[in-house]
Amino acid sequence: MSVVTLTIDGKLVSARAGDTILTAAREAGIDIPTLCYVDGLSAHGGCRICLVEIAGSPRLQPACFMKVGEGMEVQTDTERLRGYRRTIVELLFAEGNHVCSVCVANGGCELQDMAITVGMDHDRFDYIHPKREVDLSHERFGIDHNRCILCTRCIRACDELEGAHTWDMAGRGSHSKVITDLNEPWGESQTCTSCGKCFMACPTGSIFQKGDTVAETDHPRAKLEFLVNAREKKQWNV
Amino acid sequence: MERLRLATLWLGGCSGCHMSFLDLDEWLIELAQLADIVYSPLIDVKVFPANVDVTLVEGAVANEDHFQLIQVVRANSRVLVSFGDCAVTGNVTAMRNSLGGALPILERSYLELADVHKQIPNDTSVVPRLLDRVLPVHRVVPVDFFLPGCPPPAARIRTVLENIVQGKPPHLEGRDLKFG
Repeated sequence: MSVVTLTIDGKLVSARAGDTILTAAREAGIDIPTLCYVDGLSAHGGCRICLVEIAGSPRLQPACFMKVGEGMEVQTDTERLRGYRRTIVELLFAEGNHVCSVCVANGGCELQDMAITVGMDHDRFDYIHPKREVDLSHERFGIDHNRCILCTRCIRACDELEGAHTWDMAGRGSHSKVITDLNEPWGESQTCTSCGKCFMACPTGSIFQKGDTVAETDHPRAKLEFLVNAREKKQWNV
Repeated sequence: MERLRLATLWLGGCSGCHMSFLDLDEWLIELAQLADIVYSPLIDVKVFPANVDVTLVEGAVANEDHFQLIQVVRANSRVLVSFGDCAVTGNVTAMRNSLGGALPILERSYLELADVHKQIPNDTSVVPRLLDRVLPVHRVVPVDFFLPGCPPPAARIRTVLENIVQGKPPHLEGRDLKFG
């Protein structure tokens, strides 16, 4: 295994060749904020929250995808990046219908927490207030598309951890929407195993457990980590 | 020191932010040493006065009265604070926006769901006309500071007011910026 040396925020860091900047940074104790990234699932690079600056390159790169290179100089927390991150979060809020005060995930939501991280005290963009649906046809879970940020975590968890690939993405741009099977009601899905991994992976209150009311959702993310560990490190004894 | 002229305004909101203001409890007594409340749903003044130092605005701009009043309030206030999530984002008050303009909402509420006396209230001398689109305050007039929360906890309100009383720009960070 070859080792490369690079600097992240001025700190000298060694990493395995082939590691992403995100992995290298987190192992060195430098936290780069992420929204669509989940440990153990493939990277998606969709949310752009983890964008970093690399010396000599005019383009920003997503840390969850970009591989480390020898002598690379990475900045993860510049004023420019902070500005972009806040703008991204404001756009996410403006694009959907995110009403924290009446959401099951209030207090347990990664979008809400990200708004705090980026210092969003208000939104400079006009809220679109799109008309979106809620699907309550599944026996145990519901999906509220109003709260969906299209991070594809549910799609990846269902495909890569459960192997069911019930979820997928339909539509384009802001009309995109996660669907079950061939855009059928979730409750009628032939492939869904009702395992709940999509619920574990969802960062917001979009996929929720039936019966949870405002601020009650507790996404069991630890269960997802347990599954990833079991698979990758063969550790499943508790 | 000159006493601060403080106002609070209640637009399209549930008054929860004002309830949270009352949750300042004994600190209200300290506040009363420093400030006069010159206009508020909590006191009996009908017309928004001139030369107000600070106004906390609860609620979103949801009807024509709100729209006109907020212009006067802005013009007469040195510092305008969006007070709570409805003022800051539209929040619950703005949830009707995704269902279309004012008319479909009124039809749904007063005709389709009514059991008796099916009629949309239309006497604008009694009830102001709804705007087709609910707006956060900063979309209508310039806002100086944002105080998020549904409602903002009393301690957060106190932080902002203490800063203003000391002549400092209010600064909230960390969990004090939490919506909801």
